[in-house]
Amino acid sequence: MIGGEFVINTLSLGSLYALLALGLVLVYGILKLINFAYGEYIMVAGYTMFLLGTYAGLPIWVNMVVAVLLAALTSYLTELVAFRPVRTHAFHAMLVTSFAVSVLLQNAALLFVSPRSRAVPLPAAFNESISLFGVVTPLRNVLTIVTTVVLLVALSLLMKYTVLGIAMRAAADKFTTTRLMGVPANLVISVAFIISGFLAGTVSLFWVGRSASVDPLIGFAPLLIAFIATVIGGMNSLVGAVAGGYVYGLLFNLLSVLLPASMINYRDAFMFAIVILFLLLKPEGLIRGSYTEERVG
Amino acid sequence: MSPLGKNRALAGLQDSPTIGFIALALVAGAVIVYVAGSSVLVDIYTYLCINVMFVLGLQIYMGHSGVLNFTFVGFVGIGAYASGILSTPPMVKAMGVPNMYQALVDVHMPVVPAILAGGVIAAILAAIVAWPLMRLSDAVGVITLFAGLIVIHVVLTQWDNVTNGPRTFFGIQSFTTLWVALGGAVLTLIFAYYFKESSLGLRLRASRDDRHAGRSIGVNFVAVRYYSFVISSFVAGLAGGLWAHYITSFSPKSFYVTEFFLLLTMLVIGGAGTISGAVTGTAIVSVMRELLRQLEGYLNNSGAISFEVYGLTEVTVAILLIIILIARPEGVIGVREVRLPFLSRKRRPIESAEDTSA
Repeated sequence: MIGGEFVINTLSLGSLYALLALGLVLVYGILKLINFAYGEYIMVAGYTMFLLGTYAGLPIWVNMVVAVLLAALTSYLTELVAFRPVRTHAFHAMLVTSFAVSVLLQNAALLFVSPRSRAVPLPAAFNESISLFGVVTPLRNVLTIVTTVVLLVALSLLMKYTVLGIAMRAAADKFTTTRLMGVPANLVISVAFIISGFLAGTVSLFWVGRSASVDPLIGFAPLLIAFIATVIGGMNSLVGAVAGGYVYGLLFNLLSVLLPASMINYRDAFMFAIVILFLLLKPEGLIRGSYTEERVG
Repeated sequence: MSPLGKNRALAGLQDSPTIGFIALALVAGAVIVYVAGSSVLVDIYTYLCINVMFVLGLQIYMGHSGVLNFTFVGFVGIGAYASGILSTPPMVKAMGVPNMYQALVDVHMPVVPAILAGGVIAAILAAIVAWPLMRLSDAVGVITLFAGLIVIHVVLTQWDNVTNGPRTFFGIQSFTTLWVALGGAVLTLIFAYYFKESSLGLRLRASRDDRHAGRSIGVNFVAVRYYSFVISSFVAGLAGGLWAHYITSFSPKSFYVTEFFLLLTMLVIGGAGTISGAVTGTAIVSVMRELLRQLEGYLNNSGAISFEVYGLTEVTVAILLIIILIARPEGVIGVREVRLPFLSRKRRPIESAEDTSA
């Protein structure tokens, strides 16, 4: 029951969730904004692949690159148009704004494309299987793991060794002090949104790759996953987000294997009950980060 | 009740003329619609009254605490299902919900007690789960309440021995007429007003405005939030029951994120902190929504454009909400109740002193 296949599946699922959680936490860390529109960046990348793949006739890898870039651009534009003007308002205003942006983008897809799901052309490699350590697994899973490792390494280099990265980490720690040191707030926040959108776009390639279709509500499930993973890992730590993603992947696969068939439909309820328990018992997550008071009593 | 709360509560009823005016306006609107005799208008107005109940119920907790309460719409669903199951004749349930537990099929009571029971059941469930949730604040609090809504939704969708699962639950008696909905809206209005000005309401507002100052004068935020959350969920359950006996058939997807978004929009556009704001926002969004829906229908039927139009309403409402949040984050009405020049009482000095600081 728990063998090589389980390990590869869990690693690949966990990698996807780790990227998702990381994108959410990058913005949360600096702006303290839970971005409900995050799932919609995934949708944008999915629709880009659908539209280009169906109508443009470009090589498929070009579609994929454009899709990821457009997700990053959408993320940047939402920051510019919607989040920046409300940034100085109350916590609650920014949150409601992100919720509104999410509904807006979803319904724009409904309005301008279609409420029905659309088939997305994928590279042939996504459907091939390979044998690894005696386990036959879709090549997609291996690609997910490899992409994640590459991105995580690149991102940690960026965060550790560039001025921009150091400024971003500083901003996540003490935003006001960082600004006093002469770091432009708009730049740091914009870059956080762009990277966040870039990660969402990358996730989208693999997420859409599993079902080979895209619909206006496709962003909802990954958004929930990103929430759970960040809560488990810790809302204030990038490393925590990655750890949370892998733990969530493991939990999800374990529940899928262990829950009796009659209870499998309640899996989401179980996952969220676990989240609530986690928040109550360990609100700072697995990795504490610059945790500040989140409780009133 | 603390002495502080008592004094301010008495002084605080200064907005009674405004609330009375809103109640009268609601009644007058209903009479006009009734006299005009158009069944479409009566339907729209009935729905508006039910929405007033929803939004005021949401405001009781969310408006005064500043916590984005996603679970509200879940408790609306619990009230709707509970009252529907209690009031629907066993014959109809046996047909409509094939897997329902026999005990639930057999239970049957008149509509009014069923709706009240729906409210009580929602309140009891809220009372059971809410205490630990009230301790969390800010980001973590929001995610927890969001998770709470998803848990309620999954249970409503999957527990087909009770709710008929994701399929439609139908056969509920039609009970909520224009006048019933109006009565509900006016009663909720008065209740929400007294809640806002009560000691509990004041302390809840203190928890929103300044956590540390509030705590320094001995406000126990967890308790204050807890009671307010339960009261808000009670109103949610009642309003859900009235809604169920108006719409007569529904499925769990009526109590999820999309519907919550509409209620949230109504609350925030008008101004979450005030009764007049909540009612104004409800009116604005309801009218807009109805007009846009007509437009959508017209566009789809006329063949003027080659594709079906969906989601125009939500896109427009979302854009309006974003504009309001940018330009006037406290809502159209703002942080204080509307004062009607021809109705306002002469103010005593102590109140005007307070008003300058508001």
